[in-house]
Amino acid sequence: METAKVNPERFESIGYILRSNIRQYAMLIALIVIMIFFQITTNGILLVPMNVTNLILQNSYVLILAIGMTLCILTGGNIDLSVGSVAAFIAAIIGTLIINQKMSVISAIIIGLLIGALIGVWQGFWIAYVRIPAFIVTLAGMLLFRGLTNTILKGLTLSPFPKSFQSISSGYIPDFFPFFDKFNLTPIVVSIILSIILIFVQIRKRRAKIKSGMELTPDFLFITQLLLTVFAINLFAYWLAAHKGIPIILVILGVLISGYHFFTTKTVPGRYIYAVGGNEKAAKLSGIDTNKVLFFVYLNMAVLSAVAGIAFSARTNSAFPAMGNGFELDAIAACFIGGASATGGIGTVIGAIIGALVMGVLNNGMSIMGIGIDWQMTIKGFVLLMAVAFDVFSKNKAK
Amino acid sequence: MQAILEMRNITKSFGGVKALDNVNFKVLSGEIHALVGENGAGKSTLMNVLSGVHPHGTYSGEIFYQGRNCTFRNIRDSEKMGIVIIHQELALIPYLSIGENIFIGNERAKSGVINWEKTHQDATKFLNKVGLKENPNVLIKDIGVGKQQLVEIAKALAKDVKLLILDEPTAALNEDDSNNLLNLLLELKKTGITSILISHKLHEVTKVADSITILRDGATIETIEVKGGEISEDRIIKGMVGRELVDRFPKRTPKIGRVYFEVKNWNVYDPQIEGRKVIKDVNIKVHKGEIVGISGLMGAGRTEFAMSVFGKAYGRQISGQIFKDGHLLTINNVQQAINNGLAYVTEDRKTAGLILIEDIKHNVSLSSLKKISKRGIINDDEESKAAINYRKKLNIKSSSIYHKIQNLSGGNQQKVVLAKWIFAAPDILILDEPTRGIDVGAKYEIYTIINQLADEGKAIIFISSELPEILGICDRIYVMNEGRIVGELAKEEASQESIMKCIMQSNRGRY
Repeated sequence: METAKVNPERFESIGYILRSNIRQYAMLIALIVIMIFFQITTNGILLVPMNVTNLILQNSYVLILAIGMTLCILTGGNIDLSVGSVAAFIAAIIGTLIINQKMSVISAIIIGLLIGALIGVWQGFWIAYVRIPAFIVTLAGMLLFRGLTNTILKGLTLSPFPKSFQSISSGYIPDFFPFFDKFNLTPIVVSIILSIILIFVQIRKRRAKIKSGMELTPDFLFITQLLLTVFAINLFAYWLAAHKGIPIILVILGVLISGYHFFTTKTVPGRYIYAVGGNEKAAKLSGIDTNKVLFFVYLNMAVLSAVAGIAFSARTNSAFPAMGNGFELDAIAACFIGGASATGGIGTVIGAIIGALVMGVLNNGMSIMGIGIDWQMTIKGFVLLMAVAFDVFSKNKAK
Repeated sequence: MQAILEMRNITKSFGGVKALDNVNFKVLSGEIHALVGENGAGKSTLMNVLSGVHPHGTYSGEIFYQGRNCTFRNIRDSEKMGIVIIHQELALIPYLSIGENIFIGNERAKSGVINWEKTHQDATKFLNKVGLKENPNVLIKDIGVGKQQLVEIAKALAKDVKLLILDEPTAALNEDDSNNLLNLLLELKKTGITSILISHKLHEVTKVADSITILRDGATIETIEVKGGEISEDRIIKGMVGRELVDRFPKRTPKIGRVYFEVKNWNVYDPQIEGRKVIKDVNIKVHKGEIVGISGLMGAGRTEFAMSVFGKAYGRQISGQIFKDGHLLTINNVQQAINNGLAYVTEDRKTAGLILIEDIKHNVSLSSLKKISKRGIINDDEESKAAINYRKKLNIKSSSIYHKIQNLSGGNQQKVVLAKWIFAAPDILILDEPTRGIDVGAKYEIYTIINQLADEGKAIIFISSELPEILGICDRIYVMNEGRIVGELAKEEASQESIMKCIMQSNRGRY
């Protein structure tokens, strides 16, 4: 055991810490720069409270898919091309059950998620146990489930959904402190509580780390980081408060993001995913059931696709044959912009979320500016290429 | 006779480890020159320097070929001069035809368009020269290894070869195919082609070679002229292994206990080639606190044996029993092997032992995550403590436990692999070439760690191709050859000569 004394050689490596985390910070900084840019070019419309809420509602499905896609990419650069079709298929089933069969919303959602899981079992089986490349299995799934969606919908659009279903993507948490007319106090109260918990937990964690001599970040960096995070949380809460409060989908997103962040960073199966992507042979010889890991990752992706399908159909208040076209590409782009490695083993859930937000802000900002959809695509393509090129350059430099 | 090739004072290092140290090598025009030495003596490295695999500038020294000073930048350069190397792993493309393979990179073509008629004609011509009666349209995957070897030689002839280098050409061949190949070399000699033959099979060397150069530890020991006179294999072995043993191994007084680990009647088939038996009736036992060596040449089946025992990680149709402390174990996968107290340190740490893009901490804990987690949640403190502990105990030279594995030296990487398995607290450790490619100092440290583990009462199986190492640290040695145990030697009776003799005798078919 090393003693409680902090090794002085560690402090000289602030540059090293920054350099090794440059990817994570770089994309966050890029996101902020892009936001400031559009804030100026749109004359302040981008960060109007209503638009901030809109941004979240608009991109909720990409954020959900990006979480699952991160896990797929982590296992070795595999991607899931079927997510858009699976989302549409589940939306079509739920739509039929609720609108045509008059089933209750809750039971229809449960059935939808179960069918999502079954699709995951199907694709996971071929990928993990038969060892057909994920690219091929999910390409087949993309066609298969798109076809089934059309069959179920008979080429028609199903609409409208009952209010209770719509509220998943357009409802808000009721205000528990209705003191103001146009200002929802709940987000502020929640953010203050969150800030206090965050500060408390972070300081306690740092103390414990210093005690065991494992702390690497110097004081001022730690304090700046903490203050900036608290500031961001509260600014965000203010925006929500000034519109209609906390969207229900934001709560779902919050649970998913923090849940999967915890899962990938703190749990044994989460570590297995990184190990399989980092070196499958070594993982296998270390006693990891690599087939099981792959199977789970694709099972999980299909379930999250179902969730995304539910969120999207609730938002558009319909289920239609072309729904979810191109979802897979948005989710994949988000992961790579967020720093995932195309060969696996590197990437984070938070990174993918930042990547998805970069794409979302670009879409939203350019739409407000009145830039056509054709140019939007061109610019997004360029941003994706530049983000990954930056990754490659910074890695080469580090060597 | 004049020299076709002269390599002078060749020195080549890999990351601080000298693979070749001032090697001088001279080949006369029109002869078959054998290059022999133990694994790691530098034979392949020397040939890679010659053929431009290691380009000019990455080594020091000079190469004179046909009287000219050559500075090859790549294989293409050396091939232009008529130097062709045929590697142990054949460079043929299985789903292309024999004809296409013969002219790969050297196509019979006019402005980029292949002339199939000429390809077919010329291929037939070269196939006749090597005595292979096959249609050039047959796919490579459909002919045997022996014939594939002949296609490689036809390919070399198509490049107008003057100096042919063969690296262990008969390693994968049976007796008939080997003889066939050796006779072909003698035929080619008559047409003026010079050959360099790298081989472990000394009876083949004595049969065809005109002169023999012995390499040991990256240095030329001697060149023996055969000149038609008989030369005994023992004479060559003496040159290959006859070195002074200095104090390169830490002292240890073994405390050997009861029989602890036993493998009985172990048979394994090749996972790819139907019906090929890789391991044949192997029986071994290891006592508590004992270090047992498995010696043998490359391809003897040691790694295959170890991996098949370790949770059937290699092979199929595996049969046999494993006993630990008298109890029969059921092991069908790696997880079960680990749960039963087995650990296997792989031969190839980079591709099979470590996650290079991760840090020390995550690699050390990889096989023991269950131990440091509760309900699936990893205890970060315990994980760090373990990493800090082993980093210090095994003296892993690094900036912190967050140091990425890919930035560590080979010796320190190997210590991380050992740390990973020591942390898993096994009772039986199988170490496969644990000191390959690392420097002498780090080797000593690793021997010390292994000794400590034995003294703690663990049963250790130590696989190595380096004879001095096996002799230096093992209490008992099994000699393996072609998938069989062909000898068992106690420490007192084991010597480099006795081990090599076991192997050579089994090669001659005298068990």
